[in-house]
Amino acid sequence: MTSSKKGDVLLVMRDLRIEGQADEKWHEIVRGIDLTLRRGEVLGLIGESGAGKSTIGIAGMGFTRPGCRFSSGTVTFDGIELTGAPEETKRRLRGSRIAYVAQSAAASFNPAHKLIKQFAEAPVQHGVLNAGQAAKDAVDIYRRLQMPEPDTIGFRYPHQVSGGQLQRAMVAMAMACKPDLIVFDEPTTALDVTTQIEVLAAIKDIVHQFNTAAIYITHDLAVVAQLADRIMVLRHGKLIEEGETRAMLAHPKEAYTGQLLAVRSYRRDEFPPSQDDPPLLEVRGISAGYGPLIKVLDDVSVKIGHKRTVAVVGESGSGKSTLARVITGLLPPYQGEILFKGQALPPSYKNRTKDQLRQVQMIYQMPDVALNPKQRVRDEIGRPLEFYLGMDAAARERRVKELLEMIELPAEFAERLPGELSGGQKQRICIARALAAEPELIICDEVTSALDQLVAEEILKLLQRLQDDLKVSYLFITHDLATVKAISDEIVVMLQGRVVQQGGKNAVLTPPHHEYTELLLSSVPEMDPDWLDDLLAKRAS
Amino acid sequence: MEDFVKLMRSSPWSARFGMAVILFYVVVAVFAPLISPYGETEIVGSEFEVWGGAFLLGTDNLGRDMFTRMVYGARNTIGIAFATTCLAFLIGGFFGLMAAALGGWVDQVLSRLVDILMALPPLIFALLLLAILGTSIPVLIGVIAVLDSTRVYRLARAVAMNIAVLDYVEVARLRGEGLLWIIRREILPNSLPPLVAEFGLRFCFVFLFIAALSFLGLGIQPPTADWGSMVRDNATLITYGDITPLLPAGAIALLTVGVNFVVDWFLHKTAGLRDDQ
Repeated sequence: MTSSKKGDVLLVMRDLRIEGQADEKWHEIVRGIDLTLRRGEVLGLIGESGAGKSTIGIAGMGFTRPGCRFSSGTVTFDGIELTGAPEETKRRLRGSRIAYVAQSAAASFNPAHKLIKQFAEAPVQHGVLNAGQAAKDAVDIYRRLQMPEPDTIGFRYPHQVSGGQLQRAMVAMAMACKPDLIVFDEPTTALDVTTQIEVLAAIKDIVHQFNTAAIYITHDLAVVAQLADRIMVLRHGKLIEEGETRAMLAHPKEAYTGQLLAVRSYRRDEFPPSQDDPPLLEVRGISAGYGPLIKVLDDVSVKIGHKRTVAVVGESGSGKSTLARVITGLLPPYQGEILFKGQALPPSYKNRTKDQLRQVQMIYQMPDVALNPKQRVRDEIGRPLEFYLGMDAAARERRVKELLEMIELPAEFAERLPGELSGGQKQRICIARALAAEPELIICDEVTSALDQLVAEEILKLLQRLQDDLKVSYLFITHDLATVKAISDEIVVMLQGRVVQQGGKNAVLTPPHHEYTELLLSSVPEMDPDWLDDLLAKRAS
Repeated sequence: MEDFVKLMRSSPWSARFGMAVILFYVVVAVFAPLISPYGETEIVGSEFEVWGGAFLLGTDNLGRDMFTRMVYGARNTIGIAFATTCLAFLIGGFFGLMAAALGGWVDQVLSRLVDILMALPPLIFALLLLAILGTSIPVLIGVIAVLDSTRVYRLARAVAMNIAVLDYVEVARLRGEGLLWIIRREILPNSLPPLVAEFGLRFCFVFLFIAALSFLGLGIQPPTADWGSMVRDNATLITYGDITPLLPAGAIALLTVGVNFVVDWFLHKTAGLRDDQ
């Protein structure tokens, strides 16, 4: 873990500049980066989207994405200059001496071939191993990565293993030729927290066993802290700060690094439970699923009081989004009922009245697809005003302006199309659209998970302020416990379609926990470089 | 206007060529009576006169001026093809979007119906229908439009399917919007680019189809000038080494190439592809 066993210099970037093309013009997206990586060293690259961290990562392989080009500077890998090198030279290096692990393993595997065949492809192609040796090697590496049934798992197809296993299979593939350098591009971002730990532990272990140098790209400082010897903080293609992991976490020099460190520390106290009866929304004994065979929700009951935030937490597949679909009426349940202020809501949205529809609004995970790209902000926010409240054009115009003010965007944004907004701004527009209907309950389905951490925190604060002003209730669906800690009053923990624990925030978050809640809570990475080791030691004992 | 100038400047030579060809055809079609020296069906000379003199491109099998026929042919063939394509898109586009937005049994019924229509060879089916219904121009337009709308339906449905499952359409559904509003405001604007491109391609196919029908004698009826029947009427000249019957065929080919160039460029543009890909 310490930097003492660093070897010779392996990769050097000098004043690297990379340009990307947009609207027929070239924009600099990496602006003069210097980077040195030694053998066996793990370097963390961290920054929000647009920081250029992935571009720098793949530049380490002498590659730029289509539409990008090296404009100046050098990338030297073990004495070979890559930016101007002929394609053949780079091709020989890639796969055999430099490997790449992408964010989405599912999208990187060929679904038509077994894992082990894809493992063998690179070493056989490069002439490092023959097919038999490669198969033997694969089993060995699968074992080292602690994959279940290492002898046979390679003979499965990609869809026959879980997301975490597939990601580890991809790490194994990168290891196939025993490369000197591996570039990890957000390898755990798409995984659940509990799965993330398996993959992190596997990566950490194998990189050390083979003394491989690695560039680990992520937006999550807590994750990179577990693996990296050194961290570079990037923003807008420039280096903000660089330093040894421990030193940087203890004493960040730049304000921006400090902000990244402080992320996830936002907390709000639990409101005392309101004694209103009946509650705003009550879900009683809901069982639901897709088709007659796939039951996703099993006897779920949840209550949401007035002006309260109820967080539904669980991993992918726990049925939390299905719960939202049942409440909105998109998926009529097999059994159970939904009561809104004591009144039963029709199971399908098609049978609900305009007013019933108005009272429950929804905000989605991906603001990119939640806004019609051909509609201006004015029309997007104005439509519910016209549709539910019957406002005329002048009244709409005034109200849109007010709503934009509420979500802290200037009034000129009414003119814009979604394509002219950033991710955080789009999510704000989605919030304004929900608010325009003057609902009493807003269902937030993973509203912050597609956003950068700093932006996500601003959105959470905004939602909180709006709740204080407008007395609206939230049903907050999320997999991120930091979000839950930040804004919820009550927590519902779900596992495989069932509620395993439910109660006030403080009650759920203070020990003793339910077994599964404990697992979830302990799996959230902390800004402590020893967190992963300690946790693994604790779980092993 | 500024955007338009910028767009034109960035267009490749192939697209410019295509646009020039289309523009030329449109001008010829619109100003046909002003351009042509004689009347459309007027017999002005003896049969099969050679090029030059009073007849720029000679005369046809009845002694009508070939150049005049070519100019009027542009008007008739293009006009009918355009009307047919528009009608095909109205029918196919509407039902395709509706099938995608509604799903369920509506989609099933419409799609199977289209499958049946597509299973029949279009030329044979068109010949059959035209033989039954007669060969007036409205019938011609109607028959070809219905046959062609099946292809449009398939495309519109496929494109709209991908859009109908997006969150913003779900938002509109949950808001309680009606079907027509959802189709018109949410789905249609976002499925337009591939449909516009398809319009260009289908226009070519319709155009060729009409020409083929006319060549077989069931399309646009004499004495109306039409490129397809002009090829047939003068086909005998080929045996004497005269290329006159190839002129209408060449006119068809040139327009098809021109339209395809423009469509290619448009698709390239809307798909966001770069030149190096």
